[in-house]
Amino acid sequence: MIEITELRKQFGDLVAVDGLSFSVEAGEVLGFLGPNGAGKSTTMKIITGFLPPSDGVVKIFGHNISSHPLNAQKIIGYLPEGAPCYEEMTPRSFLKFIAEIRGFVGSELEHRVRRVVDTLSLQSVLDRRIETLSKGFKRRVGFAQAIIHDPLVLILDEPTDGLDPNQKHHVRELIREFSKDKIVIISTHILEEVATVCNRAVIIASGRMVADCSPEELEAKSPRHLAVRVTANTKDLEAIERHMEKLASVHEIQRSGSDLLLIPSALNSNLLVDLFEGQHKNKWAIEGLSQEKGRLDEVFRSITEGFGNV
Amino acid sequence: MFNGSATSLWIITRREFVSYFVTPIAYVFILIFLVLSGVFTFYLGNFYERGQSDLTPFFSFHPWLYLFLVPAISMRLWSEERKSGSIELLMTLPITRFDAVAGKFLAAWIFAGLALGLTFPLWLTVNYLGQPDNGVILASYLGSWLMAGAFLAIGSCASAMTKSQVIAFILSGLVCLAFILAGFPLVLGALEGLLPTLIIDTIASLSFLTHFSSISKGVLSLRDIIYFFGIIIFWLLATVIVVDLKGGE
Repeated sequence: MIEITELRKQFGDLVAVDGLSFSVEAGEVLGFLGPNGAGKSTTMKIITGFLPPSDGVVKIFGHNISSHPLNAQKIIGYLPEGAPCYEEMTPRSFLKFIAEIRGFVGSELEHRVRRVVDTLSLQSVLDRRIETLSKGFKRRVGFAQAIIHDPLVLILDEPTDGLDPNQKHHVRELIREFSKDKIVIISTHILEEVATVCNRAVIIASGRMVADCSPEELEAKSPRHLAVRVTANTKDLEAIERHMEKLASVHEIQRSGSDLLLIPSALNSNLLVDLFEGQHKNKWAIEGLSQEKGRLDEVFRSITEGFGNV
Repeated sequence: MFNGSATSLWIITRREFVSYFVTPIAYVFILIFLVLSGVFTFYLGNFYERGQSDLTPFFSFHPWLYLFLVPAISMRLWSEERKSGSIELLMTLPITRFDAVAGKFLAAWIFAGLALGLTFPLWLTVNYLGQPDNGVILASYLGSWLMAGAFLAIGSCASAMTKSQVIAFILSGLVCLAFILAGFPLVLGALEGLLPTLIIDTIASLSFLTHFSSISKGVLSLRDIIYFFGIIIFWLLATVIVVDLKGGE
């Protein structure tokens, strides 16, 4: 497990990380969220031993990253932001180099390289210089490098940034595949990513933690969570609006074109039940019905706004 | 499963060394080195006119040749890692800072040794023309290589300080120049009278020139070897500290 206690990082006058504490258990895929400049990357750089903390302790499965960096780094796989690597090398020589540094030799080394090349479908570019590869391939080479030693802890700094939708999907599949009984920490500002791959979301702003919950709970913080959208003809919509606005289960009703958005007063309100009862009695011709999930970006905005970060 | 530190160092060295030859820069560098050392030896050093079968004209220009050429090798050692961001990858692999610093240095040093070794036609020439003292020549080659190492170690530290290869080049050139000039008779003469003899002697004893001139005469004394290794180790440790302090900047 990873234990982070009272972590602080200061660059001159700027406090990038300000007393961050949390721990991550095996099996958790933690989405690390926050506006740009919130301290996500800095925190990851400290966890991986690239930057020393100004104060506080980071322990990776019991190994203190400051006093015993090598022991910790052996069990960490890290994809830094932008997936930097030695661009003049080919994926083959680069991955071999990483495997050697990770302590593999002989047939084990060959096997490790072959396995990540297969997993990330790198066969077609194995002997081309990395600098000539597309962004998606470069990212995959970076990902391959991070998982070559089957690390207990995988840390990915914006792994899908700048990828096209197919590539994003592929990377998320990989993370999901990899994450069984491992620890994965992903920083991102793409909120849908958190909902699709993470089982825990930590939001930081100005170097401080402002939320720590599951993506579902995060969605539930949205006022629109479980709101019901009804589509019908104008006459019936007005009737529904009149009927529903009196009920306790409804907090607010929004009208847009031929749609009606019924926002529940509480998570466990009887909004749907009330709607069906009304429909049963009044025989409204409802043409469409859908239930909204919370809008993560709204929650994100409402939580992180006012922290002075742009 | 995990190897000792010596292996990591060597793996870094090998990767770095191979990367020199991926671009044409290495070949261009070696070519320039060979041409310049030829020019210095034959035109400025009056190799033929002297009528002596030794390589003194060749070696005596090496400090000046290295002043420009070695910073050109060393400037990319760390600046490039910083600029491309790969330093973050390297520093989060399970290797010590010293392994990274020494591994990179060693690759550059071997590369410099290769360039130096490729001047062997000069040695063949002088052996064809006369009977030189090959022991002196061997000692001079070793001394020259040691001096290149000292220049490189300084350059490595300068390179760790900045993202810009140009600044790294100028910075290491300046420091190396100071180390050469410290033994230059003109400079020492100017300081005489201003400073006590003890300090002047200390300055002179720190100079590359002082130590190299005895080596190039064929006297490979332990003192000079220790001096150059001392300089190398000092600047490599300084590089470790700079890399540590600068972090990801």
